[in-house]
Amino acid sequence: MSLVLIALAIIIIGGLLALAVCKNGSLSTLLGAASTVVGCIIALIPVLQTIYYGDTTIIRLAWNMPYGSFFLKLDPLSAFFLLPIFVLSGLAAIYGREYMMAYRDKKWLGLSWFFFNLLLVSMAFVCLAHNTVLFLISWEVMALSSFFLVAFEYEKEAVRKASWIYMVASYLGTAFLLPMFLIFGSEAGSLDFDGFVQGLSSGEANICFILALVGFGTKAGIMPFHVWLPVAHPAAPSPVSAIMSGVMIKTGIYGLVRTLTFLGMPPLWWGYLLLAIGIISGVLGVLFALAQHDLKRLLAYHSVENIGIILIGLGVGMIGWSSGMPIVAALGFAGALLHVINHALFKGLLFLGAGSVFHGAHNLELDHLGGLIKKMPSTGLFFLIGSVAISGLPPLNGFVSEFVIYIASFSGAMSLNPSSSLSMIGAIAGLALIGGLAAACFTKAFGIVFLGEPRSKDAENARESSPWMTLPMMILAVACIFIGLLGAAVIQVIPPVIGVVLGNPYTGEIRIASNYLFSVTAGSAVFIIFLMAISGLRSFLLSRRSVGSSGTWDCGYAAPDARMQYTASSFAQPIIDLFQFFLRTKKNITMPDSYFLGAARFETHTTDIGRKGIYNPIFKAIGSFFGRMKVVQEGRIHIYVLYVVVTLLILLFWNMR
Amino acid sequence: MQITSFINIILGLLLAPLLLGIINKTKASFAGRTGQPLLQAYYDIIKQLQKGAVYSKTTSWIFRAGPVVGLSAVLVALAIVPVGGIAAPLAFSGDLLLLAYLLGVMRFFTVLAALDTGSSFEGMGASREVLFSAIAEPAFLIGLAAIARETGIMSLSHMLPAAHFFSPEVVLVVASLLVVFLCENARIPFDDPNTHLELTMIHEVMVLDHSGPDFAFILYSSALKLWVLGLVIVGLIFPSPAGSFWPAPVSTAICGLILLAIIVGIIESLMARLRLLRIPQLLVAAGSLSAFAFILILR
Amino acid sequence: MDSTIEIMMILLLLSDMALLGLSRLRTCISIVSFQGMLLGLLALVTQLGSLTPRLIMIAAASFIIKGFVFPILLRRGIREAGTQHEIEPFVGYITSVIAGLAMLGVSLWLGTKLPLFAAGSGTSLIVPAALTTLFTGLFLIIARKNALNQCLGYIIMENGIYTFGIVSVVEIPLLVELGILLDVFVAVFVMGIAIYHINREFDHLDSDRLNVLKG
Repeated sequence: MSLVLIALAIIIIGGLLALAVCKNGSLSTLLGAASTVVGCIIALIPVLQTIYYGDTTIIRLAWNMPYGSFFLKLDPLSAFFLLPIFVLSGLAAIYGREYMMAYRDKKWLGLSWFFFNLLLVSMAFVCLAHNTVLFLISWEVMALSSFFLVAFEYEKEAVRKASWIYMVASYLGTAFLLPMFLIFGSEAGSLDFDGFVQGLSSGEANICFILALVGFGTKAGIMPFHVWLPVAHPAAPSPVSAIMSGVMIKTGIYGLVRTLTFLGMPPLWWGYLLLAIGIISGVLGVLFALAQHDLKRLLAYHSVENIGIILIGLGVGMIGWSSGMPIVAALGFAGALLHVINHALFKGLLFLGAGSVFHGAHNLELDHLGGLIKKMPSTGLFFLIGSVAISGLPPLNGFVSEFVIYIASFSGAMSLNPSSSLSMIGAIAGLALIGGLAAACFTKAFGIVFLGEPRSKDAENARESSPWMTLPMMILAVACIFIGLLGAAVIQVIPPVIGVVLGNPYTGEIRIASNYLFSVTAGSAVFIIFLMAISGLRSFLLSRRSVGSSGTWDCGYAAPDARMQYTASSFAQPIIDLFQFFLRTKKNITMPDSYFLGAARFETHTTDIGRKGIYNPIFKAIGSFFGRMKVVQEGRIHIYVLYVVVTLLILLFWNMR
Repeated sequence: MQITSFINIILGLLLAPLLLGIINKTKASFAGRTGQPLLQAYYDIIKQLQKGAVYSKTTSWIFRAGPVVGLSAVLVALAIVPVGGIAAPLAFSGDLLLLAYLLGVMRFFTVLAALDTGSSFEGMGASREVLFSAIAEPAFLIGLAAIARETGIMSLSHMLPAAHFFSPEVVLVVASLLVVFLCENARIPFDDPNTHLELTMIHEVMVLDHSGPDFAFILYSSALKLWVLGLVIVGLIFPSPAGSFWPAPVSTAICGLILLAIIVGIIESLMARLRLLRIPQLLVAAGSLSAFAFILILR
Repeated sequence: MDSTIEIMMILLLLSDMALLGLSRLRTCISIVSFQGMLLGLLALVTQLGSLTPRLIMIAAASFIIKGFVFPILLRRGIREAGTQHEIEPFVGYITSVIAGLAMLGVSLWLGTKLPLFAAGSGTSLIVPAALTTLFTGLFLIIARKNALNQCLGYIIMENGIYTFGIVSVVEIPLLVELGILLDVFVAVFVMGIAIYHINREFDHLDSDRLNVLKG
């Protein structure tokens, strides 16, 4: 525990030093990045120890805040969420060293590094805090520091708007958390988390659950509270997007799971609700991702999708928990938690890959890219690994966690009572559809960006990023493969973590899943052996033959052109048309009006359903309400004094009553 | 794990292309033609294996990797499905997921290879392929979940023999899986493997640019895919006498596959290709058949 | 016998799903006529041990009217109206099928809550199937623009009620059953005439465009 604090101190001191020399771009970058890397490596030691041994350490100091103490607790659940935070942040810092240098002359990089380090420390404190005040302070610092990082390119109108949307959404989320903690605190008489243990009536518990779901769900980006996510993540610099998408939104999941430990045995409908939200977030997330034209925005929507998958796992687990089915409960939670780590790895990898594309080609429009795998071979390879992983395909890590959630759902579908097992069918169908659509989306993203011919000058002149940027991606890619192949071993770390939530580590159930995963590993190993054997056979066969090269078969057309390639928009069009009901994509077509070549235009635009359907009307209503309230703002001081006096008088009479 | 299950794999490796021949022969006899020889698929594969290759200048290593990944994935899938109730070598609870997702890997790389050529026709085929398979996936998994509920087993090798075909639920699942089977293997009414127009094809158009050994791999893997998915359906239909001597259940299963191939041939002769807009409807219908079967089993 | 009823019920449910998912009017009419025949047989199968003349009459009436008379009338309607192609529905076909599954789920749940006809019903699938058929009919009336399709919806709804009647053949008097049949008969008849006239006046059958008559 003290090691974690030392590490965090190093990181924050590094941040402050970077701030001090903020005008010197290279020096502050060096300080910021180096302190983060050192701090992350130091912090990983106690975190890994905690996960491995399943023990708990606390630091509890008196402080001036009433009702509680300065209370930090490192238990397996915290450690499990801290692990991806430190891994990904360390790698993003190495990556950022090179990536941020491009802005050396335009920005005070020290400022950004300060907020970067602050974000990291506050995320760590969110996971460690065991006291409401401490938790909320860290929560707000996290939101603020990431706000400044999102606003990095504040000179752009769109970025400013994105960061404000993010800010407002964050505060709205926190507004739901405050009353929840107040209910807990007033019931327990203390604001320390230890006092919160399970003393609520069922009505209060329901209210707290809903508040937690909205409050933490806003941070996690569940539908329909996700509106800030697809706006804010693409606006930030890529290493920051990687951290926000990979680990920061997971603090929302952490908060939700931690709240569950205060609430005790859930009623059945909580599980149904989580499952339903998970399926909706997952399916709609991937559909909206398919409709995007910007690589980073596409990835941001995939975060919504993956949060959906995590919630499906949690929902399945909670249904199993309420129905007294240990295997469903244990594997549902295990799958969800594993997916937290896996998503951090592959989403981090993909965002870093997108950053590398931007660094090399200065463009993130899918339809302007193409053929990058020849210009940027390493980035292409790692992006491919991330794409396969996020599509949940074996032998990579995405499959492992989805497999565990599937097993939980199948077990539930086989043995629960009819209505619960029907919900399991929902989970299975949802996961299958999400998997299929995610594969569609990433064949599109990878295929259009990296394959074929370059569609613009930017893509033609792209060049590979330096090893500072490719090395972190390589480490993440290796981690994806590693977890994918060793799922059976990795899942063994889960029992102490779910022990914190479910009160029972369910070692036996996890071991069963581990055995299944071992067979998956066997299958993957055979797959890789076949892969090598068949490619060997192929090169043997081709070694003695003529291997020619020519143009792509163009069905007889004589002058093929790079612009004639299938674009991302056309690739996604059948799917978008099929799901038009949700997507409401606007099309703008100008057809050539004669038989001969003429000007033609085609444009599609997909507005977010949550933003258009829910937020805009609400904000418009609030706006018009306050617009009418403007009457009271006279702008003259004596009127305000009058207000004060009237208020005081009313309060006085209220008390005299 | 028995030695017989390995013999089953070898049988699959040897006999899979035969199914294509049977389908084509059936279609030919319906059309009153002599048709290609029964072993035409073998001849094609062997001929392609002996050739050199021509690659488009646009393509990268992804294009070359596609067929290799596809063949490897389907070979592992072959080790997952049981033949005639004899457990497969790679049988474990949840193997049906690995099967579904291995076919997903195969599709993923086939689609990437198609996009790598930069041809708009291949992009079109790829786009259709990913859509249809995304909708077919839920139908497949819900159908198998229904069987899992009925038998209480999560492993293909043990649940297929345990299902009783003569219950209405299993008939529904078989119907649903048959639709998925036709879709996944690019048969009519989803895709016409013999059409002459690139614009209307789905699967065939994606592999237009492959040649030589690569194309042989693709031909062979689609034959194997037909065999693997066919075995799932045949396993549900034909009861496997428990504990009977090895040749009996295996030969029943192979006869079942041949019958399935003939049925596919008949379907292809009698039906026209569906309009592209109608295909998702049919797949959703298959999914609801599966869900319907599951609801019936719940009672 | 139970399994025969069960299979018939499943066929009934499948035909409901097909009606929700199919777009061609002619096919839909064939399926409805199939439903009618199925239900006619069902009446006989359920009471195989104790066939009464009344029962045979109901069965025969259903078999002939729903299996042959209605389809002929409807087909004539199509021919005269000249609309045999599909017509864009309010609710898409895929959504309709999914809604059908939801209706089936609700009906199953209602079936467990309403043990009305527990005695002598033979199998538990009859009540859910009847309810689903009823809902399907209602859904088609609501969700399809075409007047002929709405007409089909009435018949399907009646099929659902009829299935209920089969289960409780002792409880529901013959007159009620015949009354319902007559209602639908008249409905089809009137609709047939109305369709003919709508078509002659307006050149189309979109019933949602009838609101122009408001003036």
